[in-house]
Amino acid sequence: MAVINNRLSKEQYAENFSDIHPPFETADAALVEANRCLFCYDAPCMKSCPTGIDVPKFIKQIATDNIKGSAHTIFVSNIMGAGCSKVCPVEKLCEGACVYNLMEEEPISIAKLQRYSTEKAMEKNWQLFKRKEATGKKVAIVGAGPAGLSCAHVLSREGIDVTIFEKESKGGGLMTYGIAAYKVTPQFCEAEVNYILGIGGIEVKYNHELGKDISLAELKKNFDAVYLGIGVGVARRLDIPGEKLEGVVDAIQFIYDIRAKGYPSVPVGDKVAVIGMGMTAIDAATQAKRLGAKEVTLVYRRTEAEKPCTDVELDIAKLDGCEITWLAAPKKIKGSGGKVKQLVCSVMQLGEPDASGRRSPVDTGETFSLDVDMVIKAAGQVPFEKLVKKFKIQNSKGKITIDAGCATNIKGIFAGGDAVNGGKEVVDAVQAGKDGAASILSYLGIKN
Amino acid sequence: MASLESNFLGIKSPNPFWLASAPPTDKKINVLRAFEAGWGGVVWKTLGSQVKNVSSRYSSVNFGSRKMMGLNNIELISDRPLDLNLKEIKECLKLFPDRAMIVSLMADNDKKSWHELIKKVEDTGAHGLELNFGCPHGMTERGMGAAVGQDPEIACMVVEWVMEAATIPVITKLTPNVHSVVPTGRSVVKAGTNALSLINTIQSVTGIDLDTLVPNPYVAGKSVFGGYCGPAVKPIALKMLTTIAQDDVTNKVPVSGIGGVSTWKDAVEFMLLGASNVQVCTAAMNHGFRIVEDMIEGMNNWMDEKGFKTLDDFIGKSVEKITHWEDLDINYHHIAKINQDKCIHCGLCYIACEDASHQSINLEYGKPYNNYTVKDEECVGCNLCKLVCPVNDCITMEEHRVAPEYLNWIEFQKKGLPLNDH
Repeated sequence: MAVINNRLSKEQYAENFSDIHPPFETADAALVEANRCLFCYDAPCMKSCPTGIDVPKFIKQIATDNIKGSAHTIFVSNIMGAGCSKVCPVEKLCEGACVYNLMEEEPISIAKLQRYSTEKAMEKNWQLFKRKEATGKKVAIVGAGPAGLSCAHVLSREGIDVTIFEKESKGGGLMTYGIAAYKVTPQFCEAEVNYILGIGGIEVKYNHELGKDISLAELKKNFDAVYLGIGVGVARRLDIPGEKLEGVVDAIQFIYDIRAKGYPSVPVGDKVAVIGMGMTAIDAATQAKRLGAKEVTLVYRRTEAEKPCTDVELDIAKLDGCEITWLAAPKKIKGSGGKVKQLVCSVMQLGEPDASGRRSPVDTGETFSLDVDMVIKAAGQVPFEKLVKKFKIQNSKGKITIDAGCATNIKGIFAGGDAVNGGKEVVDAVQAGKDGAASILSYLGIKN
Repeated sequence: MASLESNFLGIKSPNPFWLASAPPTDKKINVLRAFEAGWGGVVWKTLGSQVKNVSSRYSSVNFGSRKMMGLNNIELISDRPLDLNLKEIKECLKLFPDRAMIVSLMADNDKKSWHELIKKVEDTGAHGLELNFGCPHGMTERGMGAAVGQDPEIACMVVEWVMEAATIPVITKLTPNVHSVVPTGRSVVKAGTNALSLINTIQSVTGIDLDTLVPNPYVAGKSVFGGYCGPAVKPIALKMLTTIAQDDVTNKVPVSGIGGVSTWKDAVEFMLLGASNVQVCTAAMNHGFRIVEDMIEGMNNWMDEKGFKTLDDFIGKSVEKITHWEDLDINYHHIAKINQDKCIHCGLCYIACEDASHQSINLEYGKPYNNYTVKDEECVGCNLCKLVCPVNDCITMEEHRVAPEYLNWIEFQKKGLPLNDH
């Protein structure tokens, strides 16, 4: 057993990481699906989209051959509509609410249709928004992730000059660095960021990290308002013995490396355990398998009923051949020669409901072991607590506290996205960015 | 099992499904294929002085993903040599003696031409003639087709010429490009036609290419009005058929129903409104001759279920159901009811009623699903919600009579009953 890279041929990598949800092959195919849409009023799909995209309208616009209008309808609500069409868990959002489900019919392929319009707009570089006359106001945004980009786009549309400070060398945030490559490619993410920036009025300063290359005081001094879309950081520590052993990795880092360094460069074990059952856990498990791991086991302390990922995501993992172990909590990682050899788990059972309303797992005292050479930690991510505290921003265990107007306790400083909610979908961050922009505009006395 | 055997003016066919005079019936190869597929008869594509067609000749209207809701054509009458057509008609008759063979005619506008043409066609052994007084394009400029059918006097004259020479049954085909088909219908019945058929195609422009700005069909940068047919024209055809079936003069002769017949249900509807048989074209042009299989089976099954043994048992049965507005029962009232178990919460009934009818549907907000219920006291019973609902029988109209007795508008006025009670 060994944790090694370069396990597969170039062709195998390409096949394993090809687009999991391929687009419509032809315009006719999109048209057939678009025409199937009932064009509901006050549509459940629209209400189930965190950004409130007018889904029936954009689909109708595909049917009437108004693709430009369709793309505009999507982007006006969600400037990352192209990326969201690939990464959104639509089965629990728009498509899950489609009224066809109530007819026991397949829901409309909303994501696929959204991809159809938005990709065409990106491919043709249709710039569908015009900046209003410059207001002379300047806003700084920290983080070029979904929240920051979404906020920046709204502000730029309103004639504000925006500067984004991004610690990475590329924009897109978790979209670029934290999602399985078979959902979105790094190339796509870069194209999407460029498309969003195409409106003008947004300057991105890459490799600028808050607290290191820039200070909040500087931003406060040089800008009329600041928006913090700094996201969340590393994976939650397991706080169990053996966590420092070679072969224990952070899911976010693992996924980041796959995307930043390329498939052959990323080492993976023969037998891998992934701790957690959220979207990131699935993305890590499936990609470990696709990188050539022989066995991958997802370890989760509750049961299937409480899992945070969707059924669709779980099915991807199962179809990739990942094993699932329910009601198992990591207790200890055993090693030899400084390397991971075994994951010892406690057998759990469900007890009383906890704060989340889900029945909480209780240790039965029994244990079992999995022979593994790699452990991927995906039990949630932790906020940038130190950073937030350093700037004396009011927070709850590192999650920034904001009021109804997205404002922090410091005047002129706003926040949103994962940094506030602790980690949700891309689409939630996009909405947070829009909300933040609206508040900033009102703070600056600009009518939206 | 019911019998679909049809007898139209003594012309027998195993079923009432004929192919209309059109491209599918313009030569032996098609007609033989049609007979093999099971069609009861054909009306051979119109013969007359040989013409020359343009290349591009059809265009259509789509609805959603469905193609050819309506088709339009600018093709003229047969562009093949007359002798070849006559020879092939004879051959088809010999190979399928049990099928109806009607030949459509449009002679030049003089008696001699008509007489000569009729003689030649009768020599083939064909069972009947259909006079094309309906074609709305190309031939009209030459004083033929719809130019004849639109003028009752000219139509009468031509039919008189025809009846002098014809020894086999004559069907006169009417054009819908008139305010009413009845005047020409009466005129040709008086002139002696043995039967009528309707409708021919409707003058139309199906659409415009938004890149070239040239309407369809495109012919070297130009277009012309074409004749419209297919499912889109069916309601118009049914209305015109009804007026013929209800007129004391025209209802004395049998009628062959034409206009968007695509399924057995369409055929039954035409026959319920007085057609003795039907003619089909667009559906065959869209899907081929095989569609007749389901038409035969479907009509047969329906007749069995309804207890009809022969076609005559139901032909014309719905004619009397179409009355004058003044005779409708004003005391009849029904209101919509939404079956909550079937409702999929699409809101289509709500927005249609709210924006376009009587604001009679209540929206109870829910996320993501709103609940919709009918405000009984507001509902006028217009049916719109039921029509837009995508779920079968989710919205039903429930009868709530205003009063038990029949009351028409005339009596309503006489009684001085209030108008603004709703």
